Amino acid sequence: MAEARSMLRHESGAMSNRMVMIDRLEWRPGPQANRYDWEAEGWTGGDTDRLAFKTKGEGAFGGKAEKIELQAGWLHAIDPWFDVRAGIRQDFQAGPHRTQAVVAVEGLAPYWLDVEAELFLSQKGELTARTEASYDQRLTQSLILQPRAELNISAQDVPELGLGSGLNSVELGLRLRYEITRRLGPYVGVSWERKLGGSARYARADDEKPQGARFVTGIRLWF
Amino acid sequence: MQSARLDRRSVITGAARLGALTVLGGAMPGWARAGTSGAGAGSVLSGESIRIDIGHVPITVGGRSMHAVTANGTMPGPLIRLKEGQKVRLSVANGLAEDTSIHWHGLIVPFQYDGVPGISFPGIKPGEVFDYDFTIRQAGTYWYHSHSNMQEAMGLFGPIVIDPAGAEPAPYDREHVILLSDWSSIHPHVQLQRLKQMGGYFNRQKQTLGGLLAGKDQDLSERLAWGKMRMDPTDISDVTGSTYSYLVNGHDTQANWTGLFVPGERVRLRFINASSMTNFNVRLPALPMTIVQADGQDVEPVETDEFQIGIAETYDVIIRPEKAEAIAIIAEAIDRSGLCRATLAPRIGMVAPMVAVRERPLLAMKDMGMDMSGMDAASGTLDLSAPVTAPAKAGSHGAMNMRDTSLVPASVRLGPGVATISAAPADRLGDRPTGLETVGHRVLTYADLKALVPHPDRRTPERELEVHLTANMERYMWSFDGVKLSENPEPLAFRHNERVRVTLVNDTMMPHPIHLHGHFFELVNGAEDRQPRKHTVNVLPGGKASFDLTADAVGDWAFHCHMLLHMHAGMFRVVTVRADGPSAT
Repeated sequence: MAEARSMLRHESGAMSNRMVMIDRLEWRPGPQANRYDWEAEGWTGGDTDRLAFKTKGEGAFGGKAEKIELQAGWLHAIDPWFDVRAGIRQDFQAGPHRTQAVVAVEGLAPYWLDVEAELFLSQKGELTARTEASYDQRLTQSLILQPRAELNISAQDVPELGLGSGLNSVELGLRLRYEITRRLGPYVGVSWERKLGGSARYARADDEKPQGARFVTGIRLWF
Repeated sequence: MQSARLDRRSVITGAARLGALTVLGGAMPGWARAGTSGAGAGSVLSGESIRIDIGHVPITVGGRSMHAVTANGTMPGPLIRLKEGQKVRLSVANGLAEDTSIHWHGLIVPFQYDGVPGISFPGIKPGEVFDYDFTIRQAGTYWYHSHSNMQEAMGLFGPIVIDPAGAEPAPYDREHVILLSDWSSIHPHVQLQRLKQMGGYFNRQKQTLGGLLAGKDQDLSERLAWGKMRMDPTDISDVTGSTYSYLVNGHDTQANWTGLFVPGERVRLRFINASSMTNFNVRLPALPMTIVQADGQDVEPVETDEFQIGIAETYDVIIRPEKAEAIAIIAEAIDRSGLCRATLAPRIGMVAPMVAVRERPLLAMKDMGMDMSGMDAASGTLDLSAPVTAPAKAGSHGAMNMRDTSLVPASVRLGPGVATISAAPADRLGDRPTGLETVGHRVLTYADLKALVPHPDRRTPERELEVHLTANMERYMWSFDGVKLSENPEPLAFRHNERVRVTLVNDTMMPHPIHLHGHFFELVNGAEDRQPRKHTVNVLPGGKASFDLTADAVGDWAFHCHMLLHMHAGMFRVVTVRADGPSAT
């Protein structure tokens, strides 16, 4: 009977769940190079406490990846709508990169806005932050228009990483997704990126344009 | 009871001619066959010794295939037909590779035979046989289902009919069991996982920009107000017709379950909602129904045109079809994401006309516990004689607080699992149910039900108990008082024979069919000594429902929401009735 009792309790609210959401897996054709970009996250666990991972990256086809970021940590529900995440971030690309501690808040803001704010502290004591927001506007049950914004902020100059202090880059996107099923949705869209301040100067010094818009096409899938 | 007016052979060949149904490895039990002459046709399980073998078999219905869990090889299971006052031994043999159980839903039995693993008994291990021994102390329409590992959602359910020892208060010439269910090819564990991943996963009827431009649904200001609260007015059902086929007696619309009748007969239809996640609106277009029983308990006959049947409820109705024409039985999912049409006909091969699914309803202010129009401001009581008002048009929501934590008693634990709190929950027992507020014909409400015989216990309740139904739709968390059963809450304790008024407060925006095992309670619906006795009450969104309970059954009992995925998410408590208190009788 003890076994049945504990089984009943386990099956009445303690069952573990999991999710992997590949939010963006996209191809960005361009005159100089065709680029790729991805963002995915996942979790496993119960209703209030979960193990979570997150990965982002980008690069040019035929070259080395310019950014590969992997985060892992603990996700904890702090209210009906928001989670706090604490963990570590490790970058893997060639060239200079960092190991960082992460504290993030993510969730669903009023008006169904998906928002996330992350704070990073590197092993060298550099403090940076990143915020993202997106909104899924249903045009029909299957056709979804998604505006998206990302801001990057740094508390200090990091020449080695091409970061200026303050608000150093903005990315705005608009993607039109068709959900073949709830979990599989190819999309097309545009993404506009602009580096600002010191980051823009570092980019120019490297013969890079500090801003540019690209057509993107990709797929969103989750399981 | 009248015997069938058809010989068996014509029934079987007729059923074979209608064979649009693929059932691999198992036929239908006699009562559920298309073309049946009545619930007495074919084999029923009767007598003092009954064996039920639990197994599994792949079944395809409505184009959806899944491994069904079966009783004696069929989905739905066989009809168990007993007589009030008899003894019965039900031997349940487990032929599965996992534990199983059978709960006799609505039967008053000793707690050790109630069939809930972890509360009444340890469950039935693979290869084991468990004997349920009890005396039948009631009459009416009931049902049985598994209480293990979501097997109920996979087909392990069937009807129970108990004939009264004395005269039948609502006589009839013929009867049919009408058992409603929902059938998906997605395993219920996967359904729950999907909803935990994305609360609106199965909802394909959300509001869209296209709808706004076409002038449908809410206007822009309402959409903004609801969006600000992160509330979806289209969230009526969690699992929908996007994955479900809706079935009558195991048949989808195309398979057209048909029950026979002879014009002029009094036909008793025993409706049972054996769904895992679907509340149904039931109507026989153009034919009034007289409700004679609710949850197996006789009520004063009340005529209506449509009723909503919450999961696990039963309603017996009597109809008198005069013409030799096919009559449609329409069971429509309350979110209007699908329906099932079955047929009553004077001969086999007739098909009743199909109806279109009506426009899906939208939740309104009242479903958020925000509507004061039905309240008598002075006394806070509901005037049941007042006409049922249509849902108020949402006005300015600027200052609305959907989660005013000062409004709940200390017994409610506020955490991430409680996203909304009903600010002014009205007693909604007299309200028309969700989606039927404005239909142009008669609709049954709980206030229409009066027990046929007065309840013997007329004591005023000694105390009151308030239980909040709490949820976070987005995280898909469900609980009582903000606490899941997995978090080991204290049982709800009652003294033996204590009389208590229990008020269920729905802080969520969905109806919840709440079921108490081992007891009948009386809905406090204004019927005084004729308060209707029920085992399950569907509490409307944002509202309250009170019942009076005489805790007359010693033991530990399950108390839970009968939406199977809500129960498995934690919307569940143990009720314990102990004889160690002063008995009040």
